[in-house]
Amino acid sequence: MNEPQGAARAAAEAAVRASYGRLVAWLAWQWRDIAAAEDALSDALIAALTTWPRDGVPASPEAWLMKAAKRNLLKMERRRRFAEDPTLTVLHPAEHAATQLPPELPDDRLRLMLVCAHPAIEPSIRSALMLQTVLGLDAQRIARGFLVSPEAMTKRLVRVKTKIRDTRIRFEEPEACDLPDRLGSVLEAIYGAYTLDWDSDVSPGGEGLAAEAWFLADLVASLIPEDPEAQGLLALIELCEARKPARYDAVGESVPLDEQNPFHWHTALIDRAARRLHHASSLNRVGAFQLEAAIQMAHCSRLRSGVTPWSDIQNLYEVLLSLHPTVGANLGYAMACAYASGEAQQGIDVLEAVDPKVRESHQPWWATRAHLLAKAGRRDEALGAFDRAIALTRSQAMRRALTRQQVGLAGPVH
Amino acid sequence: MQFVLTFNQPMTEIERHENGADAAQALEPWKAYMSELSAAGVMRGGNRLAPPWTATTVRVRGGQRTFQDGPFAETKEIASGYIVIDVDSLDEALKWAERSPSSVTGSTEVRPVAMPPQ
Repeated sequence: MNEPQGAARAAAEAAVRASYGRLVAWLAWQWRDIAAAEDALSDALIAALTTWPRDGVPASPEAWLMKAAKRNLLKMERRRRFAEDPTLTVLHPAEHAATQLPPELPDDRLRLMLVCAHPAIEPSIRSALMLQTVLGLDAQRIARGFLVSPEAMTKRLVRVKTKIRDTRIRFEEPEACDLPDRLGSVLEAIYGAYTLDWDSDVSPGGEGLAAEAWFLADLVASLIPEDPEAQGLLALIELCEARKPARYDAVGESVPLDEQNPFHWHTALIDRAARRLHHASSLNRVGAFQLEAAIQMAHCSRLRSGVTPWSDIQNLYEVLLSLHPTVGANLGYAMACAYASGEAQQGIDVLEAVDPKVRESHQPWWATRAHLLAKAGRRDEALGAFDRAIALTRSQAMRRALTRQQVGLAGPVH
Repeated sequence: MQFVLTFNQPMTEIERHENGADAAQALEPWKAYMSELSAAGVMRGGNRLAPPWTATTVRVRGGQRTFQDGPFAETKEIASGYIVIDVDSLDEALKWAERSPSSVTGSTEVRPVAMPPQ
């Protein structure tokens, strides 16, 4: 690649990273068609790669891309209308030409995310849809994160975009009474994308989706600074990220939280999350993400005190369960009960309360049960529970960690 | 744009509409719902369907024709009627579906009428 071409490509890539989501959001908002907005923008990018090396990189690459994408959309629209009505030879160019470029590109990304989290859209596809429309990730990369085939992911994304276009889902902000629920769905979809990496073998700095989800959480928190749950989600992710350096040992094996060396944690990030959580609590609306973050913050306090405050953690889980009962929270509560009281049986009793139909194939339930049975000294039952947990684990590193614990427990035969 | 709202109801509810003693009372919420739709000016048509035991399902396989008494499948909820409404967005159509008596007793399916192929 020669010099100007390289520079043009770099400029195009930088413009895309900085503003892909804002461009798609604005174009989709104008045309009510996400797929068409994405197509128009990708054609504009191809045009940029041929034009910029020849004519130089424009002063505002973003404005250039938007103008080009808008032209493409108008062309598509003209073709479509002409196909629908062949007698139509002149289009009303005034209709869209009147939409002058705003002096500053408004940030419609939150609105686009609210559309992605519409209640008429299946919750399991919302995360993927947001990653694609707001960050421009391709279906192949998203599919890898979700452990599905690229064909299946592409098909689902195309279908959902068609549904948004053909049913004319509202792009305007939801009504005030629906807004809190919709924002909650946006945050859940982001967290869903973030947690994908936990059960797969993505190494830190690898191509997982956690960094992309973190970016989205940061974006939402900065767009609505006065929403305590948006701050709570970001604090939660920051705390998980802060512990990442200690999550794997020198040979890449995963290390359980209570065995991690807290001096490998990222203290600046923990402090930032602490300030964020403090700000969120001052807004006086408690919610699941703030509580989850507070629990992780309590775990991180081991850095300074040297001990994990298990009874505080138990209390936080009680509030969380009363507000938002989930199996995940129940498992955390079981561990907290066992460690706060020093009696593993108390934790095992909590686990028994989980619906048998759900726990049957729930890997974390079996792993937690194995851990607590081992702590209670019920060796044979624990070995059996480890078998179940290992069979249900998709991540190689996690499977090795569980096998290590199981072998340690089986020990030399007496 | 036009949406079809299909009202699906459990057999017990359908039977209630067919039963002389209960029918008038069962119909009350539907009358109220239909007049709200007319008042809003969104109604474009629709019909109540006769009960499922009047249905016949036809299949032709390999040139062989079979008739089957009743609706096509054993489902918990059976279509009891449909309407066509004209509103601006799915969100508005969903709001109307939410108010249908069938959403409480069974379910209401909302689907846009297909656009002409591009």
